[in-house]
Amino acid sequence: MSVVHPSPTGLQPILKPQAHHAPGNFITKYIFSTDHKIIAIQFLFTTLLMLIVGGALALAVRWQLAFPWESMPIVGPWLFSAEGGQISPEFYTMLFTMHATVMIFLVIIPILAGTFGNLLIPLMIGADDMAFPKLNMLSYWFMWPAIVCFGMSFTYAGGPAAGWTSYPILADLAQAAPGSGTAQTFWLLGVTFIGFSSMMGSINYMTTIINMRAPGMTFFRLPMTIWGLFITAILQAFALPVLTAGGFMQVTDRLLGTCFFYPSGLVINNAAPTVGGGQPLLWQHLFWFYSHPAVYIMLLPVMGMVSDMLSCMCRKPLFGYKPMIFSMSAIASLGFIVWGHHMYTSGMNPAVGMAFMVATMMIALPSAVKTFNWTATIWGGKVQFNTVTLNCIGFLSMFIVGGLSGIFMAAVPVDVYFHDTYFIVAHFHYVLFGATLFGVFGALHFWFPKMFGRLMNEKLGKTHFVLTFIGANGTFFPMHFLGMQGMPRRYADPYLHGYLEHLLPMNQFMTISAIVMGLAQILLFINIFYSMFFGPKAGRNPWHATTLEWTAASPPPHGNFDVTPIVFHGPNEYAVQNGDRDFLMQTEQECEPPVSQAPDAENQTDNADTDNEQESSS
Amino acid sequence: MGKGWCLFFLFWPVAAVVSCAMAPMVGWSFPYDNAQAASNLGIRIDGLFYLILIVTAIVFVGTQAVLVYALWRGVNNREERATHIHGNHKLELIWSIIPGVILLFLALYQMNIWADFRIKKFYPEVAVKDPIAEVTARQFEWRFRYPAIGKKLQPKPQPDDLYTVNELHVPFGRPVMIQLRSDDVQHSFFLPALRIKQDALPGLQIPVWFEANKEGVYDLVCAELCGWGHYKMKAHVIVESEEDYQNYLKNLTQQQFYDGLGKIAANENDSESEATEK
Repeated sequence: MSVVHPSPTGLQPILKPQAHHAPGNFITKYIFSTDHKIIAIQFLFTTLLMLIVGGALALAVRWQLAFPWESMPIVGPWLFSAEGGQISPEFYTMLFTMHATVMIFLVIIPILAGTFGNLLIPLMIGADDMAFPKLNMLSYWFMWPAIVCFGMSFTYAGGPAAGWTSYPILADLAQAAPGSGTAQTFWLLGVTFIGFSSMMGSINYMTTIINMRAPGMTFFRLPMTIWGLFITAILQAFALPVLTAGGFMQVTDRLLGTCFFYPSGLVINNAAPTVGGGQPLLWQHLFWFYSHPAVYIMLLPVMGMVSDMLSCMCRKPLFGYKPMIFSMSAIASLGFIVWGHHMYTSGMNPAVGMAFMVATMMIALPSAVKTFNWTATIWGGKVQFNTVTLNCIGFLSMFIVGGLSGIFMAAVPVDVYFHDTYFIVAHFHYVLFGATLFGVFGALHFWFPKMFGRLMNEKLGKTHFVLTFIGANGTFFPMHFLGMQGMPRRYADPYLHGYLEHLLPMNQFMTISAIVMGLAQILLFINIFYSMFFGPKAGRNPWHATTLEWTAASPPPHGNFDVTPIVFHGPNEYAVQNGDRDFLMQTEQECEPPVSQAPDAENQTDNADTDNEQESSS
Repeated sequence: MGKGWCLFFLFWPVAAVVSCAMAPMVGWSFPYDNAQAASNLGIRIDGLFYLILIVTAIVFVGTQAVLVYALWRGVNNREERATHIHGNHKLELIWSIIPGVILLFLALYQMNIWADFRIKKFYPEVAVKDPIAEVTARQFEWRFRYPAIGKKLQPKPQPDDLYTVNELHVPFGRPVMIQLRSDDVQHSFFLPALRIKQDALPGLQIPVWFEANKEGVYDLVCAELCGWGHYKMKAHVIVESEEDYQNYLKNLTQQQFYDGLGKIAANENDSESEATEK
């Protein structure tokens, strides 16, 4: 039974005969599923599992910095019985390499694009599914060869040890370090596989957003979340092939004896490669041409999601919708021409540094515009302090720190001092942990009802937020001071150098904060698994939000909508007079209550509360 | 409870500002004495750093204060509905143009420092004409090659060159230049006290100039991951007067070319005492 909205624009409602058809057996429904929502959940659990791995690696790094060469508690004696439980310097390089790799390639990028991209794109634009559901399934299953490759690289001589940036010659020639052997080849293969996965995803997202928008959903009516994901997909599609090509060249250097990245005349470990003629700088250009945009790949979707969440939680339309889109596009396009700011000290022509410096300075501008717009969205709103809001504010206040410390890095002469010190580590942890992960935590609480039909626990959520926020600031803020004092990154034992001796207490404080932050994540996991089964049922629209996904059941059935929704205006129409409600769904016409919104059978039983509220108003 | 959250979010920027303000007092600032750079260019770089710090501090305090105030108002909002507003063109223009101008100013302001630091055209001529040493980074040590006294550094090693490991002597008060190279993987020549950092790239010889302005023994560390022993590439740069520097070179020559016969002109202990006597 489907009664649809009237269509003053002449658009006819599109009935969907295929809606709700049940997918086959358990395996096709939950394992090799082509349903974007199931794939999103698969991505979610995989990335959360990887979050534990990445977090554990981080804690091991922090252990070494706080208690250098002391036996690691619990796992130490078991892992390195030969060394008396100590972390060896070889193992230490593997630890931070894999921490970065896991966090970037297996947690942040897939949780944003894979989980939220998959879940939200079809739902928010009013489509049944992705344009290429099978490709979508494949993009999830390509994560596993990547995970296996990264896992394999652990088993070869202590793992890859060239940092996540994989700079040649260290990563290019097997004799350069214990971890530069087979482990490094597996690492490169892993990156290639995860690249395939991202590529398939981004093609799918672009096609879906361009072709499958519901009637009336013009580009300037898309929710900010979709804009964020859309621009991210474009970034991925243009930048990723360069990294893949570079990675392939490094693999042929390693296995086939080509020499793209190493010059002649080297003597490494008393062995001299017979050929040469390459250039290590070439790798840096190829690598950062992807990896700088990747920073925005890890940030833009969160910016979009936070825009939508803040607007909903403050019951106000997003301040400056179009400027927000333009600033996102500006960040993305500038993101392509600033990669050189990672290379100010690399030995490339310093005159080029100036051009990169001006571009990098300018990228701060759209970021500032976004920050001001978010603040203006809160201004004059009715703020509800729930877990979602808290995480969004956490995002905002940490993004301000990360954004401002970025200006120091843009300034070439200052960056020369800060490059490869802990100041940089502070900066990107504020952006990638502080901003991105808080945004992700917020989004998880916000869209959890759409995934599982239930709300997450507020008390657990708030406690998790507070502990994580304290832990994150306690861990990452002192890194600025370490950087000022000139402590380089990737040192297993900085205290060996006279001018860094006094930093031990500060590092110990940071490690304790990191442990607090790590333990706090247990609450998140408890909350997820408890709420999945025992949380209060959510109903269709628990947050009284406006975008299309909240018109579908929670969780939406296969095919998402009963009828293809018709969109009448932009997202985030809050603070309007609409019966006794203060919001206007995108499917509702302005200033008029919707004519009819007949609930389906499932809706009547499951979603009594909120739906009644909506109906009484209509 | 909403107000409690506002205070929670107020606490962190306050803590950040307080800890930054006390950083110089408790020695969390730039390294070495008085946190002052040991080179004139370094002092200019510090100046640029403090300029950016002031700008960002104002923006940081401003945005965090507005954020907390907006939250505070939002919690106490007794209106039935929030303000229905989609944006404000004027306001957006203002907050795009002002940061734009500031950023452009910062970008142009630092061009001179960068040019003096790195663009070869602006290198001090004295330093360029006569590089004092070739610095070769290797896993995991620094090797230095000086030309023989009175001679110029040649690209290829000469029979009368002087060599040391992990200890570089330079005079203060005049600009000096080194030729930086690497034999194996990438390293980075990092002299925190002088705010100097330059990657050593295999296959390239990169000239680096600096001018120390006071005596001292400074740490030279590697800032680019170069393998498992990255952290222990420990060396020192000894900045001394021109006279001491010349004496050091003489001693080094004597030590290195001592043929084992005759009077021990420079056995290790003697050479040091000799150097101080002179």
